[in-house]
Amino acid sequence: MTPKLTPKLATLLVLAALIALTPFFFPSGYYYRVGALIFVNGIAVTGMVILIGYAGQISLGHAGFAGIGAYACALAPVHWGLHPALAVVLGAGISAVLAFLVGRPVLRLKGYYLGVATLGLGILVSMVLNNERELTGGPDGMEVPDLGLRDLLKDWGLNLSNGEFWYFFSGLCLLIGAWLALNLYNSPTGRALRALHGSEVAARTVGVDVARMKLQAFIISAVYASVSGSLLALQNKFITPDVAGFMHSIEMVTMAVLGGVGSVLGAIFGAGILTLLPQLLTVFADYEQMVLGIVMVLVMIFLREGLLPSLLKKFRGKDE
Amino acid sequence: MSELLQFLFSGVTVGAVYALVALGFTIIYNASDVVNFAQGEFVMLGGMITWFAHEAGLPLPLAALIAILATACLGVAMNKLMIEPARGAPVVSLIIITIGASIFIQGAAQLVFDKQIHTFPAFSGDTPFRIGGATILPQSLWVTGGALVVFVGLWLFFTRTMLGRAVLATSNNRLAAQLVGINTGFVMTLSFALSAAIGALAGVLATPITLTAYSVGIGFALKGFAGAMLGGMGNPKGALVGGFAIGLIEALTAGYLSSQYKDAAAFVVILAVLFFLPQGLFGRKSTDRV
Repeated sequence: MTPKLTPKLATLLVLAALIALTPFFFPSGYYYRVGALIFVNGIAVTGMVILIGYAGQISLGHAGFAGIGAYACALAPVHWGLHPALAVVLGAGISAVLAFLVGRPVLRLKGYYLGVATLGLGILVSMVLNNERELTGGPDGMEVPDLGLRDLLKDWGLNLSNGEFWYFFSGLCLLIGAWLALNLYNSPTGRALRALHGSEVAARTVGVDVARMKLQAFIISAVYASVSGSLLALQNKFITPDVAGFMHSIEMVTMAVLGGVGSVLGAIFGAGILTLLPQLLTVFADYEQMVLGIVMVLVMIFLREGLLPSLLKKFRGKDE
Repeated sequence: MSELLQFLFSGVTVGAVYALVALGFTIIYNASDVVNFAQGEFVMLGGMITWFAHEAGLPLPLAALIAILATACLGVAMNKLMIEPARGAPVVSLIIITIGASIFIQGAAQLVFDKQIHTFPAFSGDTPFRIGGATILPQSLWVTGGALVVFVGLWLFFTRTMLGRAVLATSNNRLAAQLVGINTGFVMTLSFALSAAIGALAGVLATPITLTAYSVGIGFALKGFAGAMLGGMGNPKGALVGGFAIGLIEALTAGYLSSQYKDAAAFVVILAVLFFLPQGLFGRKSTDRV
């Protein structure tokens, strides 16, 4: 039995190759940090692919879940003496429960109404993080303890710099996340989600429990966002409520849609572009916002399926 | 009692601004099915351009007029350059386009103007009126009056004029409107101009109270969006009521519960309302065509 090169396998191989090989081209250690940021964003964006790309639902508040994941890593070790790795799990659990509780009523809504409801959810989380100063340090943020995995690897004789460690560790997490998302795509759940994306009524008539399926997609994407927030906090060793802010929610959606929300690889590509863009634009600091805005508008007008799918199509000459 | 009255006054004042923003949302939504997240930037531009022109030596009324006209032109440009080319794109893409526009306008504003907080003098002085133990600034009356005048004006426009009915027809069914000879392209242009002008007017009226800076737009956009949604998207009456409701909820929460969580209250109410009325307070019940 020889393994065939399915699209799933191809995506994972491309991703793994990119993660493993790009460091050879890094001019300085700083790029490990940028790469790690791309991977962390890539995890959140993979969750958005499940929610927007598979299920066709929108959320303007997923940064709220990232905030929960991030602050779980900051608070649980300090207050309950929990190991940071377990705090990641705790954050994901809290996010999942919250998504479960609010998901059912919220997901009955459609289009812009769903947008404003999820937006409200995200804003509530970020407001709590901003205002409960005694607990979260308010807008000044708070420190996050070390994950400790790097020291463990050192004991085993694998000596990585901080940047290198986070680059490869987040890369690995992204690979696992992408693998799970790709498995979901062809599973019964994935098929049901894509069916209800096409037409809720049609999906219902063939026996898909639409409400339950949407809720599942919502919870899964919330967990992705939460883990992404946790990794961001652990990596930076410091966290501010901005991680849960409205702009971060928008960033997540934009990265996914910009790159191509129909495919995991496309969305991660979008995460790469939008993470790199501000780094490249620091030269034109004054124009950064204007360029970012223009890029968002132009891609959405001219490359509607997102950057990667549109470019691939052009490349293959299949452009209608 | 006087305390409650005071909270109500301040609630109505902010609410009037939100109502104006929500009305702007409604006009564009009706004409094009787009929720324009750059609506808040129109408010910002109204305030910033007026301040800039006033600072340059122009009298305040003239400065305000220039601000409103300039913003209306920008609204038209936005429609031509961003919204029309994206016709038929999915909701997510449209949200990203208008947020992209909003980020762009913000970036341009901090370049053209600056990053400071600005204001200009109130229209009728700063001596507050005393009513029942509470005080209200003359400018608050300007804002509230402005919102009501705009609402009545829009109502007359949409029900009594040919052009207004053409806009309504377009929002009902674009193709049918085209078939009876309505220039739907012009209707779109008009809607964006009108909506931008109303946003700028809100900025002009509110700036002496709320102050302005390049970054104030997004806050107005979120609250106005919330107000429009609360009332039921696409319904001008809903936008007016929703906007005032958000303002009042905010002021009462700030007064009696916690000023830190005043922004939260509005969204809690929205979640609650959408839970029971998924189409907002005045929204029509939607039916799916299969």
